[in-house]
Amino acid sequence: MSGLQRISRREFLRRTGQAGGGLVFALTLPGAARASDVVMPAMQPSGASVAPNVYVNIRDDGIVEIYCYRSEMGQGIRTSLPQVIADELEADWDKISVIQAVGDDKYGDQNTDGSTSIRKHFDLLRNAGATARDLMIAAAASRWGVPADECVARHHAVHHEASGRSAGFGELVDAASKLPLPETAAFKDRKDYRYIGKSLDTIDAMDFTTGRAIYGIDKTLPDMLYASIERCPAFGGTVASFDDSAAKQVAGVVAVIRLPEPTVPALFNLQGGIAVLADNTWAAEQGRKALKIEWDRGANGGYQDAAYKKSLLEAAQKPGTTMLERGDVDSETESTHDALYYAPLLAQAPMEPPAALARVNKDGTCDVWACVQNPQATRDTVAATLGVDKDKVTSHVTLLGGGFGRKSKPDFAAEAAWLSRETGRPVKVTWTREDDLRHGYFHSVSAQYYRAGMDAEGKTTSWLQRTAFPSIFSTFAPGVVTPTSMELGLGALDAPWNVPNLRIEACDATAHVRVGWLRSVCNIFHAFGACSFVDELAHLKGVDPKQHLLEMIGPARKIDPAADGAEYANYDQDLATYPVDTGRLAAVVNKVADMASWGRKLADGRGLGIAVHRSFLTYVGAVAEVSVDDSGKLVVHEMWICMDAGTVINPDRVIAQMEGAGIFGMSLAMHGELTAKDGGIVEGNFDTYPVVRMSEAPAAIHCHIMESDAPPGGVGEPGVPPIAPAIVNAYFAASGKRVRELPLRNAGLT
Amino acid sequence: MATEFELNGKSVNLDVDPAMPLLWAIRDIAGLTGTKYGCGKALCGACTVHLDGSPIRSCAVPVSAAAGKRITTIEGLSENGDHPVQKAWRDLNVPQCGYCQSGQIMTAVALLERNPNPSDAEIDTAMSGNICRCGTYTRIRSAIHKAAEEQS
Repeated sequence: MSGLQRISRREFLRRTGQAGGGLVFALTLPGAARASDVVMPAMQPSGASVAPNVYVNIRDDGIVEIYCYRSEMGQGIRTSLPQVIADELEADWDKISVIQAVGDDKYGDQNTDGSTSIRKHFDLLRNAGATARDLMIAAAASRWGVPADECVARHHAVHHEASGRSAGFGELVDAASKLPLPETAAFKDRKDYRYIGKSLDTIDAMDFTTGRAIYGIDKTLPDMLYASIERCPAFGGTVASFDDSAAKQVAGVVAVIRLPEPTVPALFNLQGGIAVLADNTWAAEQGRKALKIEWDRGANGGYQDAAYKKSLLEAAQKPGTTMLERGDVDSETESTHDALYYAPLLAQAPMEPPAALARVNKDGTCDVWACVQNPQATRDTVAATLGVDKDKVTSHVTLLGGGFGRKSKPDFAAEAAWLSRETGRPVKVTWTREDDLRHGYFHSVSAQYYRAGMDAEGKTTSWLQRTAFPSIFSTFAPGVVTPTSMELGLGALDAPWNVPNLRIEACDATAHVRVGWLRSVCNIFHAFGACSFVDELAHLKGVDPKQHLLEMIGPARKIDPAADGAEYANYDQDLATYPVDTGRLAAVVNKVADMASWGRKLADGRGLGIAVHRSFLTYVGAVAEVSVDDSGKLVVHEMWICMDAGTVINPDRVIAQMEGAGIFGMSLAMHGELTAKDGGIVEGNFDTYPVVRMSEAPAAIHCHIMESDAPPGGVGEPGVPPIAPAIVNAYFAASGKRVRELPLRNAGLT
Repeated sequence: MATEFELNGKSVNLDVDPAMPLLWAIRDIAGLTGTKYGCGKALCGACTVHLDGSPIRSCAVPVSAAAGKRITTIEGLSENGDHPVQKAWRDLNVPQCGYCQSGQIMTAVALLERNPNPSDAEIDTAMSGNICRCGTYTRIRSAIHKAAEEQS
C-alpha cells in the first residue's frame, strides 16, 4: 500500500495542539475581500445570506447559522461555542441554528482534545461574533446614511436611537453583502455579556432524550455493508494464514477482506486484520466468529503485564534523564522518605465504541461520517489510506458517544474507507466492546519513584521524582523509549512544591501497545503519585494533610519551570497569560476544604482525603469522604470539587464536567486496569474492565466554580487528576493503610 | 424466518435470523437507532427497551423472544418527547454525550411504573445495570425523583 500516512513529530504536535510557540487561530480573511465573496451558497436553504467569516452565516430570514467546528462528546461545546459567538453578535438565542462543520483547514484547529475548545478559541469565537456584529452595524449605517458609531446592535437588530430606526439582521443581509468585511472588532465588556457565563440549556437536549441524536454508530446509507474486523491480539502482529470458508457460509455475509498490515510506527494507520462484511451487524459478527486465523504475533507477542510491571518499577528506581533540576536533591538532609507508585494501562471505553461509515464515490472522492474528535486528522488519514488528495475527502462529524481521547485517533474511519473502496459500496465499521478494550490507543502504564528530604524542623527541602512510562510518541515515531518533556509537562515539570532542591527525571520504557491519551493524560499518574506522596509526608510528620499540602505549595508565586532548565509547554499557552500560580492552587485547596468541613470529627473507619492539581491551565482541589469495613468494602460517600478555570462560558456544563470527572476518576481509582498476555489485552468487556455504576456513585458530588475574570482554562480534563489521590488519601485516613498502586481493587477493596 | 411483533405501537414483520439479538433487529432492520449498542452482553444497559412493559437488554435477547409481544423503544416512549422522565432529564440537564441516555430513560420509566416513589437505594438497585461513562449518575438520581414528583 502506497501513501501510508507518516507524520513527523512536529506534525504530530501540531495536530494534537501541543506544539510550542503558539498556534495562530486568527481569522485569516483578506482585508480586501467583500462579504459577498465568501457567501456559502451551498449552505443556503433559501434566499440570500452573508458570511462575515467561516463561522457565521446570516440568512435573510434572520436565522444566524453558526458553524460548530469542534466535536461534541458531552462537554457541551455545541452549546457553549454558539454562546460566545451569539453574545458578541448580539443575536437572539432562538434565532441561532448550529451546523456541525466538516473537517476543513479553513476553520483553524478542529482537534477537540486537550481541553482546548474554549481556552484556545475564546478570542477567535468572540472575534467571529464581533466582526459579524460590526458588519451588521455598518450595513445599517450605510442604508440610513448615518455614522456607524451612532448605531448599536441589540436583540438581533441594529438600532439608530437618534432617529428611532431599527432593522433586523435578516433585513440587512443584502446591504451587508456589498460591504468590505471588518477584520477586527472590539469585544464587549464582561458586564454586558448576555450568554457568556450563563447556564443555557444544552441545544441537543431534546435529541438526547428522544433517541433522535445521531452518533457515528447510527449513520446509515442505502446499499451499505456492515463490517466487523478480527485483529491480531498483539499489536503489530500479522496474519500467518486464514480460512474464511465457514465465515462465507454465514447467512448475510457478503465478503471477507484482509486489511493491509500495520505499520511501524502505528500512527493512525490501518492495523491489519480480517474484515467480514455483511447485510447487518449481527451477520458480520457471526461471520467473524467463524473465521479461522493463525496469527504471527510479531514483536509485541512476548508482552506480559506482570513482567513489564516489574521492569517498569525497576526503571523508576534507577537514575533517568534529568528533565528539570533546581538545587541539589542529593545534598544531605536530616531525614528522607521514599516510595514507589504504580498505575496500570487503561482504556478510554467511551460508551459508543469507535464506529465510522465511509462511501468511496465513483469519482474517486470519499465521504466519511464518524464520531471523531479530530475531523482534519480524519480527512488526512483517510486520504493517505486511499492514496488520494485530501481535497477528495469530506469528513463529516457526527455526535460522539463519549470520546475521552480515543476518538482523536481516526484509525476506524480509515478502516471504513479502505473497505468501501474494496467493495464499491458504503461500509460501516463498528467496533465491538472487546475490540475497543483490546485494540485501542491506551493510556500508558506507569511507575514513579519519589524521594523527599526533610530538614531538622521537618520541612521538606528536596523532592526527587522519577517517572517511567511508555511514551505517546512511540505511536508516532520509531524507536521512542524516553518520556518527553511534553508528557512530563503534564503534572511533573510544573510541580508546585516549595522546595529549594527539585529534580524530575524521565525513565525509559518500551511500548508494546499503541500508546494514546485518555482524559487528562499523564496528569492522572503524576497527580496520583505526587498528591499521595505529599499525604504520606504529612502523616510521617504528624501534620494535618490539608495544612501540610498548603505548606508544600508555599507562598503565592508564579513558577517558571524553564528557570530550572525544563522545556515546559504550559499546554501550548504562554506563561505570562497563564502562569503556574501557586496562589490560585492554594485558594482551591482552602475552598474545597471549607466545602467539605475539613477537620470535622469522623466515625471510625471513615476518612477524608484531599488532593489538588493544576492541569490544562485550570486549578482543581478535591476532597473525598470514604468508609471501609472489615470485608474491604470501600464506599465513597461524598466528593467535593472546587475548580478555578478562569472565565467560564456555561457554568452548568462546567459543573457537569466536574461531576463526570469525579466518576471518571473514581472508576480508574477503584477498578481500571488492562492486563496483557502474549501481547494481547486480556480484559474484554465491562465485567472484566468495570467502571463505576450508579450503586457505587457518591451520594453527592458538590462542585464549586471559583469566580474569576482570568482567561479561560480547560474544563473537560482537569477535574480528573485529583480524584484518585483524594480517594487513596481518604482510605489512608480511614484505615491507616497506604495504597501505592492502582486500582484499589487489587488491594482487596471492592 | 420472519418474526412478527409490535414495535412502538405498530405491527412489524422482520425477516431475519431468529437468533439475531433484538438490538440489531431494531437498529439495522427496523431502522430505529435510538437504542444503543454498548457491550453486547447485557452489561451496560445502553440497549434497554421494554418488552410488554418490562425493561430488557435487547443485545442479549433474540428477536424470536419478541414474537407476538409489545416492544417499546425510546422513540415510542412519547409522541413529542414529553414523558415526565424525558422532561425531568431535560430540566436537570442530565445528558452529557447522551449516548447511554436512551437506556437510562427506559430503565427509569420501567422503575417508576412499578415503584412510583423510589428511594435512593431503590434507584441505585434499579439503575445499576446502566453504565454512564460521562458520570451523570447523581443527576439521574435527582431526575428520577423529580419525575416521580411530577407523576404523583
